[in-house]
This record gives sequence, C-alpha cells and structure tokens, in this order.
Amino acid sequence: MSRQLCTFNVGEHLFGVDVLTVQEVLRRQEMTPVPRAPEVVRGLINLRGQILTALDLRRRLNLPAAPAEAEHMNIIVQAPDGSVSLLVDQVGDVMTVQDEFLEPSPATLGSDLREMITGVYKMKDKLLLILNVASATDISELASPERN
Amino acid sequence: MPETNQADMEILQEFLAESRENMNEMECDLLAWEKQAVTREALDRIFRAVHTLKGTCGFLGYPRLETIAHQAENLLSQIRDRKITASAMAVTVLLKVVDSVRRLLVHIEQTGTEGEGNDTILLSELSALLNAETSETVAHNDIAGDDQTFSGGTESTIRVDVALLDRLMNLVGELVLARNQLARVTGGQNGSPLAGTSQRLSHITSELQQSVMKTRLQPIGNIWSKFPRLVRDAAMAEDKKIRLFMTGQQTETDKSIIEAVKDPLTHLVRNCITHGIEKPEKRRAAGKPEEGVVTIRSYHEGGQVIIEVSDDGAGIPTDLIREAAIRRRDITPEQAEAMGEHDLQQLIFLPGFSTAKEVTKLSGRGVGMDVVKTNLERIHGSIAVISRRGEGTLFKMKIPLTLTIIPALMVKSGGQRFAIPQVTLVELVRLNRETNDGQVESLFGAPVYRLRGKLLPLINLREELGLEADSNLGNSLANSTHIVVLQADGGSFGLVVDEVQDIEEIVVKPLSKHLKVVHQFSGATIMGDGRVALILDVLSIAQQLHLGAGQEARLVAAEATKTTTPVADPGEELLLFEIGNKGRMAMKLSDVTRLEEFPVAEIENEGAGEVIQYDGHVMPLVPLRQLLLPGQQESVARESHDKLQVIVHAHNGSYYGLCVDQILDITRQPLALQHRQSRPGILGSAIIQRRVTEVVDVAGLVTLSRQRPSGVVPLAEGIES
Repeated sequence: MSRQLCTFNVGEHLFGVDVLTVQEVLRRQEMTPVPRAPEVVRGLINLRGQILTALDLRRRLNLPAAPAEAEHMNIIVQAPDGSVSLLVDQVGDVMTVQDEFLEPSPATLGSDLREMITGVYKMKDKLLLILNVASATDISELASPERN
Repeated sequence: MPETNQADMEILQEFLAESRENMNEMECDLLAWEKQAVTREALDRIFRAVHTLKGTCGFLGYPRLETIAHQAENLLSQIRDRKITASAMAVTVLLKVVDSVRRLLVHIEQTGTEGEGNDTILLSELSALLNAETSETVAHNDIAGDDQTFSGGTESTIRVDVALLDRLMNLVGELVLARNQLARVTGGQNGSPLAGTSQRLSHITSELQQSVMKTRLQPIGNIWSKFPRLVRDAAMAEDKKIRLFMTGQQTETDKSIIEAVKDPLTHLVRNCITHGIEKPEKRRAAGKPEEGVVTIRSYHEGGQVIIEVSDDGAGIPTDLIREAAIRRRDITPEQAEAMGEHDLQQLIFLPGFSTAKEVTKLSGRGVGMDVVKTNLERIHGSIAVISRRGEGTLFKMKIPLTLTIIPALMVKSGGQRFAIPQVTLVELVRLNRETNDGQVESLFGAPVYRLRGKLLPLINLREELGLEADSNLGNSLANSTHIVVLQADGGSFGLVVDEVQDIEEIVVKPLSKHLKVVHQFSGATIMGDGRVALILDVLSIAQQLHLGAGQEARLVAAEATKTTTPVADPGEELLLFEIGNKGRMAMKLSDVTRLEEFPVAEIENEGAGEVIQYDGHVMPLVPLRQLLLPGQQESVARESHDKLQVIVHAHNGSYYGLCVDQILDITRQPLALQHRQSRPGILGSAIIQRRVTEVVDVAGLVTLSRQRPSGVVPLAEGIES
C-alpha cells in the first residue's frame, strides 16, 4: 500500500498529512489576534468570507518560536471541527510513500506528542513525521492564559 | 459501508422532518374539526398524513408506528365512508395518535429505534371506536361538503440543507466585499466599459444577496401551529375557557431566530393561560365574558420583528410584586413608594423573581421571566410588559430580522477593532481628563462612574482582554476616557475603550469551536478592508460581573429597563431636577440636548447676562432659580457648589444653558398636567414618582430670560443644534 502526503517543514522537522485532508495552501494572511485564547491560536484569517482559526504548529508541538522576521504559510486542513489553518514554516511537495517504510513513533516521544505524531516514514535522507490532524487541532485541553 | 449509512441517515432525517410536518398539519385540522364540521378536504389531508406514515414506516421497519397508523387509517376510512359518525371522542383519540407518533419520532431521532413499550391502550381505544355501532351525538358530527377527488397538486418546493444555505450566504457576503473593492477601483472612471460592467455586477450582487437572505427566512407561523393545541390542553387543565387569536403568521424571520424564540414564546403563552386569564366565574363577576382571549400578533416594525402576546385577564398584581420585591431586598420600601405601576411591573424580569412566598409547583406570575428575557437577549432581542389591573397584560418582544446582519458599534482598544451589537448599547460617555468633567472613582479597586447620580460599574476592555496599551493613540484620544454604557443580564455597566468609531452593519460569522473557551466573543465579522474583527459577547462579559446579583446593580437594572424599553403606551420621558430648597421640577427629555457640568470659574459675563463657553460657542445661562423661585438668592448656591449643573437646550439654532442645582432622575410616565400655566415658565404640575412636581416650559423660560433686563443676549450667529 502507498499513500500520498502533503509535506511541510516546522522547525527542523519534515511533516506530512494525508493529501486528501488538505483543502488549500496559502501564503501569509492578514491575521486578527484573539485575546484570551489559548497560545496556540495565532489569530483569525478571512478565507473568502469564511473565518478560520489559525493554529501555530510550532507552539502546538512545543518547538521554539520562529525568528520574528521569518515567513510562514497556511495549510488549510479539514479537521473534525471544521476547517483550520495550520501555520507552518514552509510547504513542500506531495510525496508518495510506501507503507513498508512506516514505523510507529518511538515510545520516547512523550504521550501528547505521540498522539499528534502517529508514525514515521524513513525516507532516504530524513524522517517524515505523520501529523494526526484531528489531535493536532484538538486544543480543548489547552487552557487560556491566566487572567490576572 | 459508510455511503449506505449516509444515505440511510438522509432518508431517516427526511422521514422525521416530513412526519413532523404532517403531524403538525393533522393536529391543526383535528382542532378545527372540534370547532366545526370537518371539510372533506381536511379529512382527506388527515387521511393522507396517516396513510403516508403507515407506508413509510412499513418501508423503514417501525412496526409500532405502522400499527398505530394502520388502526388510525381504518378509523378514518370508516369516517370518510360515513360508516362511522365522527364524534368528539374520535377527535380526542386521533389527537392521542398524534401525540404517540410524535413521542415515537423523538425516540427514533435520539436512539434510532422505536424503543420498548406498548400502545395497547391507544390501540384499544381506536378499535373501540371502530366497533362502536352507536352514534354519539356531538355538536359537529358530520362531514361537510360533497365528495371530492384527492387533489395531489405538484410540488413547488424542495428541501435544502441549511448548511448549504449558510455556505451560499457566506459566498454572497464575500462577493459583496469583492464588489465593494472593485467599485472603489472603478469609481473614478466614468463612462468606461469597466465602470458600466462594475455597476451591473453591483446590482446583480445586491439582488443575489437579498434573494439568498430570503431563502433563510421562514414564516413565524411555523412555530405557532402548536399553540392551538397547547392552549386547548392548558385551558382544559386549568378549567378555563380560552379562545386563541393569532395574526401575522406570515411574518418572516430567520430560521435560527424562529428556533430561538420558540421556548420564550411558549412560556409567555402558558403564563397568560395560567396566571393571566381568570376562571370563568371570576370573569363573570368582573363583568367580562366567560371566555378569555389570548392573542398572538406578529408584524414587522423598523427592521425588527415584533411578537406580542396578550391576554384580557386580571393584569399583573403590582401590590404582590412590590411586596415580593421588598421581601427579596430588590428595592427598599421607600423606593417602592416612589415607583409607578409600570416600573414595578418591570421587576418581574429580575433574576429569580417570583411573587410566590414559597417555591411551589404553581408559583406566582413572573417565574421564569428572567429566563425569557435572557434567551431573547442572547439573540439580540428585548422584551417589555404593559399591564392594567383587571384589563389584561401585553408582552412585547422585539427580535431582529436576521442574526446574520446586525448594526454594531465599532470600538478600538489596545490597537484592535471590536464590534459591540447595537441592541446592548445605551449611551456613550466621554470624559475629558484635562477639564476633569466627572471622574472615574474606585471602590476597593473596582472602578465606578457616577452616571446621573447612579454608580455605574466599569470594565476596561483592554484589561478584560489582556491587551497592551496602544502607543499610537493620538493625544486627544489618550486624554479622554470613553465609556460605552451597555445593558445586559438585567444590569448596565460601562465598558472603557480607547476609541469609539462608527456604527456599521456587520455580517455576523460564527467562531470556530476551537475558540469556545473564550467567552468574551460571540462571533466575528469581516470589515470593509477584508480584515476580521471580533464581536464582543456583552451578555457573557456582564454575567461574569454578576450584575444581576448585587442589590445596587438590580436597581441600576430597574433603572435601565425604565429608561430604555419603550412600550406601546410609553408616556413621556421626563428629566427630574432640583432647584433651590425642595424645588423638585421636571422637564420633557425631548427638550434636553445634553447634560453638562461646568466649574463655576468658567462663567463669564456678557452684557447683562452670564454666559459660558460651550463646544466653541457662547452659551447664555438661564438661571432657573432666579426665574422660578425669585425669593432665593443665587449666590448662596454658588458658594456651596464649585460645579454648575447645566441642562443644555437647543432652540432656534442657539444653545441655552439652564442652571439647576441637581439632576435627580429620568423617568417615563404618561404626563397628566394639572393647574395648567399657574405662572410664567411653568406648564403645570403633575404627580411624578408619587410627588407633586412642577413641569417647566423650556421655551417659555428661554423667552422669559430674554425679556428680563438682566436677561440673556441672543446670539447673532446660528449654532447648529
């Protein structure tokens, strides 16, 4: 069995999501921040009249923040709760991967990360991490910043 | 097989929707039947509904429903063929069929099955009717009209998924934005082909927007269809005779709004039956017809939908309300004394208000009224009540035409734009820090502002949302405090913002579920420049303040309902003020342009009169005390106050400042003047808040002050009023 993945970079990692869950890819969009929202919510974007929440994948994956001047891109994915925009560093190619190279994510990863990264494809020169869109976009457990 | 499941679900949903509609229609026909001989047409309709149900249930495999429908169909076919006489009993049993079918439909919707249980009682009742040879005699027991053929008629409507309509609405909204941007580009090019095309596109877009909006509108009568039954059953249970009038079923409003008003409306109708209409003997004693009337009326007014629920019952017992309000410490006995009937009646909307001394199943009028009010506020609606003892009660609900397009005040805080729905807006107050006109005070760290003598709790939006101060604010903005006075959750509060912008029509869009933890926002909208702005959830912000809980806040609430809910017989809005000792007076609020406070030091002399600089103009001061209470010395008051309270009145393009000693209150009541024009400058006296109060003639006073030698010199240049 093989499947097609839309790949993208977050930090030094290469990720992939099933190409069928990707609605579209957009350059940097004008964003409206949402006060009191959990930190992973970077803001709201206007996608042809539909208002979408943009989630910062770096923050979601506990990666260090990108340098201030760095550009990002939006990958609009279809999640269980509707369309969501994932902010990533760079969008790569669509790759066809073979199941024989798939391995479950290592147990050392930590349980919340393992829920989001469901598997690893061993590519020739690097690892391709499979992002589970449903759990990556489920932020109901994350608290809003403390009120003072 | 996911596809098959999907298809099955769709069929099931369609079956449920169709059966519900059929049952509603059948119920209406049955109730009409009870009143007069059933028409052949109506009987055919009922028959068809039952027959369709039977067929579909057989197909989908719901044996319980099928059996009930089958028996009902048997009965109906016998009636149709005049083998059995239609009796009152038959109608009652058929109504029971409707109930059972509905119950089963709910069960199917929730669990997918009909569930356990048996229908033997209902079935035996049906078969008893079928087997009964005797013909009972009732008033309308025959079938009217001649035999007619089944009239099927072609379908002119189709079912459309609401989600699809929402999507269409979104796309049209986006089209409008794109159209606006294009219009800006082509604006300067008159006569070019592009300009012409752009204009045509503009027209088509507007028309498309209206049509798509219309698809979401439904006649409000859709939720009324259940009321005849509800009224019949409730009246029977209460041993009352009640007739229901409904007008304006065709009034259309957004589907989501119709759903949202269903419960509040039902509550009001029930309330009218249980608490409004009296028992027949009591009505007879009061000289009223035994049969009470409940009226539901709906119509469009000023871009809103109005629904009125009224009864000709006993009215709201204000003495009980007063008693309960004092017991609950909502108001003090002194305040109760000063409150008029109308004001007391508004207290029923306070949270948890009830006139019953103990909580019982049948508690007093007003139970749940706060819930009704909150539910309506949630959809940006409002409710008011008018009641006359012995004559009846009228509830008037105002609801918006659509939830998707609302007027909103745009404000800025911490450099971000926010929208505040206009329905929650009471007034705007701007405090200039330099001139120090009124200030924000602090009560144990909680900021408050004295608004016309009442304490208004304040929330700083920037702090509420944890935003940084905006360093780009202009000097004039940074130097003044902008308070947006809002009303929600039975109270009012002031929201401090950095900048107040315009009121705009905005298209409301829901926030994604990811943001449901953030309660401060009810939605978002897209502004003209394509950027997203958040809509503040005023109700939720107010609730976290617990405005409804504190006693003071309740009084502010009573105040707010008093001044901001205009009703059918609203009377006159009056400003109450004081001059000299015990000189309590009133003037019509329509004569008041603004209320201002000036330091005494700012008074200047011009010619023979005193003037003050106001808004870049020279405003003559009209000393009310000198004019109306000549005995009392003006200077005494001046020394004791360092501030001058001034009512600004615009007349013939000039401003006049009427000096008073204290602004007391704003109230609304019918103005019944006595002792008309007892002296110059006075219209007459009236009883306002249970005290004799003189009502001043503002225009007369202005003329009077000009006639006096020390009077005011009128301005030569016109001033915009």
